[in-house]
Formats: sequence, C-alpha cells, structure tokens
Amino acid sequence: MKVSLFATCLVDTLVPQVARATATLLERLGHEVVVPPGQACCGQMHVNTGYRREAVPIVANHVRAFAGADAVVAPSGSCVASIHHQQAEVLRRAGETGLADEAAALAERTYELSQFLVDVLGVTDVGAYYPHRVTYHPTCHSLRLLRVGDRPLTLLRAVRGLDLVELPAADQCCGFGGTFAVKNADTSTAMLTDKMANVLSTSAEVCTAGDASCLMHIGGGLSRLRSGTRTVHLAEILASTEEAVSPSQSTTPAVPR
Amino acid sequence: MTPVSKMSAVDLGMPALPHAPRGVGHLRGDRSFPDAARDALRDGQLRANLGHATTTIRAKRAAVVGEVPDWPQLRAAGKAIKAATMARLDEHLIMLEEQVTARGGTVHWARDANEANAIVTRLVQATGADEVVKVKSMATQEIGLNEALEAAGIPAYETDLAELIVQLGHDSPSHILVPAIHKNRAEIREIFLREMPGVDPSLTDDPRRLAMAARAHLREKFLRAKVAISGANFAVAATGTLAVVESEGNGRMCLTLPRTLITVMGIEKLVPTWQDLEVFLQLLPRSSTGERMNPYTSLWTGVTPGDGPQEFHLVLVDNGRTAVLADEVGREALHCIRCSACLNVCPVYERAGGHSYGSVYPGPIGAVLSPQLTGVEDNASLPFASSLCGACYDACPVAIDIPSILVHLRAEHVEAQQHLTPEAVAFRSLSKVMSNPRLWRLAQKAAGLGRLLARGRPTLPAALPPPASAWTRTRDLPTPPRETFTQAWAREHGQ
Repeated sequence: MKVSLFATCLVDTLVPQVARATATLLERLGHEVVVPPGQACCGQMHVNTGYRREAVPIVANHVRAFAGADAVVAPSGSCVASIHHQQAEVLRRAGETGLADEAAALAERTYELSQFLVDVLGVTDVGAYYPHRVTYHPTCHSLRLLRVGDRPLTLLRAVRGLDLVELPAADQCCGFGGTFAVKNADTSTAMLTDKMANVLSTSAEVCTAGDASCLMHIGGGLSRLRSGTRTVHLAEILASTEEAVSPSQSTTPAVPR
Repeated sequence: MTPVSKMSAVDLGMPALPHAPRGVGHLRGDRSFPDAARDALRDGQLRANLGHATTTIRAKRAAVVGEVPDWPQLRAAGKAIKAATMARLDEHLIMLEEQVTARGGTVHWARDANEANAIVTRLVQATGADEVVKVKSMATQEIGLNEALEAAGIPAYETDLAELIVQLGHDSPSHILVPAIHKNRAEIREIFLREMPGVDPSLTDDPRRLAMAARAHLREKFLRAKVAISGANFAVAATGTLAVVESEGNGRMCLTLPRTLITVMGIEKLVPTWQDLEVFLQLLPRSSTGERMNPYTSLWTGVTPGDGPQEFHLVLVDNGRTAVLADEVGREALHCIRCSACLNVCPVYERAGGHSYGSVYPGPIGAVLSPQLTGVEDNASLPFASSLCGACYDACPVAIDIPSILVHLRAEHVEAQQHLTPEAVAFRSLSKVMSNPRLWRLAQKAAGLGRLLARGRPTLPAALPPPASAWTRTRDLPTPPRETFTQAWAREHGQ
C-alpha cells in the first residue's frame, strides 16, 4: 500500500525522529511511504486559538499537499482529529465550499497511526522489541475525538520485552492544550504536576502516547524535574527491533536522531 | 424602491441584541481567569477540598449513568428536545404565559437583571413582607437579586444548606450544584460558630451535627416567612407547571408554606410537554448528584385555593439569552440543565476552582455561557480557560459540544479586536508562512538555529524571553534538530 506520511509541523520541526520512526515502521511492514513535500501544518493551532480566518490558507495548503493521496497517516491523534472535525468546517465558514468538500474527502482517507495499523492494515503485532518498563497516556483528542480506544495498548502488549504498566487516572488531561499551556501556564502546570505524579508512581522508565505535543509537555516537565523518566512516542517504540537496539538503548530512543 | 430600503437588504438596521447589563448581578469577575487562577492554585486547602469532592461525585455519576442501558438514547432525546424547543421558544413562552395565567398565576417579563430585580422587589413590597426565604436558584444569583432586595431593606435568607454556608460566610458560590464545594466541614463549623445566632458552642464538624444546626436555624425562618423566592429547573409550557428538583426538603418548605411564591426563571428553562419533562427527570439527578432520583421533586401549577401559596408570580428573565439564541454555534449553551457534570469532570475547574471564573456559572458551561450572556469582550479570558480535553462534552447529559463553542468564542474574541495585537501579528505571519511550502522550509531552518542557544545540551535554556518563558518557567523545551524530517527525507530521496 502507498502511504502518504503527514509528519505534522511540530514533529517535523522539533522531534523529527517521531516521523522517521513512523516511516521506518510502515516500510518494515511492507508499505511504500511517500512524504509530500508541500506539507506544513493542519491549522489546528490557529483554529483553537481563535484565528479561524487565518487558518483557511493553512488548511488549503494541507489539502493541496495531500491531493490524490490514497491514505494519509500522521503520528498525532490531535492533528488527525483537527483534520476530521475542523478543517472542512473552517473552509465552509469562509465560503470555500468546494475546498471544504475536498477537505472532508481527504479526512476520510486520513488516519492516526494506531488506527491505521489496527483498522486498515489489520496488524496488532508489528514485530517490535522494546525491553523497557512503559506506561501509556491516552491523549485527550485520541481518546475523546478519535476514540482510538485500546488500539495503542493492543499494539504495545504485542511488543517483545516491553513491560506495560497501567497509568493511574490515565484519562486526565496532561494540561498541554496547545496555546492553553502558555495562556494559562499556571493551571496547565498544575495539571502537568498531577500527571507527572501519576507517571512517576508507576516507576516506568518511559511514558508513551500517540501525540508528540502532549509528550513534549509531559517530557518537558519530567526533564525539568530531572526525574529520569522520559517520553517516547508510540511510533518510536513500534519502530524499535532487536537489530535497532544500541548499547545506549536505556537512555536514547532506538531510532537515531 | 429608495436607496435606503435597498441598503436595508444588506443591513436590516436591527439594533444588536442586548447582553446582560454591567453593574448588576454576578456574571463578570474583576480579574481575568489566568490571574485569578494563579492565586487559587496556591491554596492547598482549596485544591484538597475540590479534588476530594469532584473525585467522589465523578465516581457516583459514572456508576449510576453506567447502569442505564439506554443512556445514549436518553441523551440524544434530551439534546433533540432542547434544540426543537429553542427553535420555537417564542411560541412555547407564550403558551406558558397563557397556561400560568389561566391557572391563577401572574407572569412578568424581564428584559434584564435590573428589570427582574425591580419586579421582584415591587412584588415583595406589595405583600408588606419585610423578609423572604429562598430556594437555591442560579437565576437569582445571576441577576444579584439578594443584593437588590437588601438595598430595599428586605433580607433574603438562603435555605439550601450550601447556599446558607456561603451566605453566612459572606462568600460567593463556586459550583452550580454544590455552592460551598470549596469549603470542608471544619471550615463550615467555623462559619456556623461565628455567624449563626444562638448556635450550640459545642458544635463539632460531624456532618449530622452541622446539618441539625442548620435545620434549627432555618426552621424558624420557614415558619415565619410570608414570601418565598425560587428558581425553576423546568417549566412545562403545555400546562404552565413549574418544577424544582432538590435534595434537602428546604425547597418543598419554601414552595408550600409561605402565602406568596415568586419564581424567577431564565426563558430557556421550559419544555413543551410532560413527556419531554420525563426525559430530563431521568438525565438530571444521575448527572448532577449521581443519584437515581433526587429526594424531592416539587411540581406546581398556578394556585390552588386553600392549599399552598395563594399568590404565584413567574418572572421570566432574558438577561442576554436572546443574544445567545441568535448565535448559531453558541446557542447550544442554552440547552444546559445546570447539572454541573461538566464541572465535576473538568481538570481546569478541579484545580482552579469556581471563583476563578468570576461568574456564578463556573466550569466548562460557565466558560461558554457567561461570555455569551455578557458579550465576549466582558469575559474574554473565559473561552481560553480550557485545554479542550473534551471531558465536559462526554459528560454532558444533553450533549452540548462545549469544546466547539469554546473555540468559536475564541474566534469571536479575536475577530472583535479593533487594534492589531502582537499575537494577531504573529498568527497572521505564521499563516502566510504555513501556507507557503517554500517559506515554511525557511522558517523551519530559522527555528533550527534555536539549537545554538542550547550549546549542545538536549534542552533549551530555562530562561527564555516572553512568550516562550510562559512555557520554560516550568517545562523544558527540546533543542531543535539540525535537520527536519521532511528535509532529511527529501535529501535521501533526491527530491
């Protein structure tokens, strides 16, 4: 299958290893990965901060960049949720009805990674090896907008060597919320503190999730506290294999930066 | 056709629908949400009280909602009934007025808080009463009725236990259903000992002892009162019947003992028929107190000679609701049945507390309702007081899409700005960059230069200038990579 990879603006710019891991994983599963060069951002940050008019050209660029793609996969529940729930609506409100229909059609072919693996490809054991104690945080948009349910957990349970520990109060928001983290930094930090307390209570080495943005938030807090517990995207864990393990596995992700 | 009438095809010349007026009532705070929350977050006792209370109610609600096999259908029915009712609200309201009048009640229409307060004050004065007892009511808190009556020399006694605690403590409610949720029993004991005349000085913080003290304090007021003031959970338009749902029986006392009953109700609270009411009487108690059925449901229709109040007045309050109804996205907020399930599941409410919202309607529903009633610019920080986690939408018994309304109101705020803000400049520039792949690659390269600040460390320095400092004060930022993924991929694949 030919899969178009949407890296998302945040992953591409700040944590490219997550997009690399997604490509590595999909290729290992025997699929052709293409990375449309015109891609930038889904427009969610603009929409959710109140700049829905300014989001219109960003969404239009996204629809152009992925025109003709059979299937689009992104390592982010939040961006995929925005593509599903916001893009067409934003265009329609701006009077771009034709483009809105295209966006709606593209959304139908756009998948969050765990949904694509389990629902479209029908795999739950991706042949990964990750010998670490891991806890999983179900990010809010994956949980409540996309309803990915236990797909990520099913994938993690099939990873060899992985010791999966349940995260207490897992369904509570980590406090990221896009520009909320900056506009309401104090409340955001209070939420983060409780999330970190729960993560640390599991004694996991790694906290994983399907969204690099939330992980950047949780990881930023854990790193500031010098907690030693790190955040690793689900794609990076699923991309890891016995062959990819390095001596520094316990401190760096399997996929090289 | 004159040019003027041709113009009116574009602009109907209708005045903007009025919002809730300033200077009266409790819909506006004197500080922004982030500012108020900053102080509240430092209050460890508040965090403990709220955390304990919301966790308990969440578990109770989840259990009783989970046992209803047709909950999704009930929820869909609730949403559909509300949408249909709002679409013909004018007709239903007139029907309600006709029915209440036909059964011996009097209906009064109040455009806003000032009119409503004036009507109620005049009605109380006409009875010759010099005090009133009150059933817990959000509408009267919204319009500041107690203060208006106080100014006219009429003390208004709250009879709901939590409202009594708040009133005795010279405090304000911080939750729709549990107004004193921010207080624990030790704090309540202190308030009673300090403020309740003739209270037993050996009072302990045992919940039963506290309730009995309140009971003795209130009983005397119930028996003396000539006028009661209530809100309404529902009004059935078909028969002119009002409904109050409660737990303590104080409502039943107020609704039956005094000679005159004055009910103050927002115009959105009616349902067309009894069949519709049936849906909400299932949705409300399970969503609010986490009970299968609430202990007291009082229903009354007009007046009945020789039984209950002999004089009944219904004051219908707009106070900005018609303006909300005119907003195609925001009007869904009027479907709210004030269960407060959204408050109890909200991670922002649980930490910042109700007072941070500055309005009698706190939490997620308050963040969409208050700014719409007052006009967004009078409560501009509230639509941003959410991480958009969506827990409120899932919990709402009438499926109000609160996150979508929050996002809509954020845009309404941004679009209402007369002057270009630094934020708007940044977002507009970013929009140009993110819609042009060539500019975007350049911008990504520029962002990559941020790695120089890190001097080889995996994270950027903690001391960055604003607005980055708002993040880095409490969280590290990863050092940007030398090369983005898309650049590396293009290089490897010869694009």
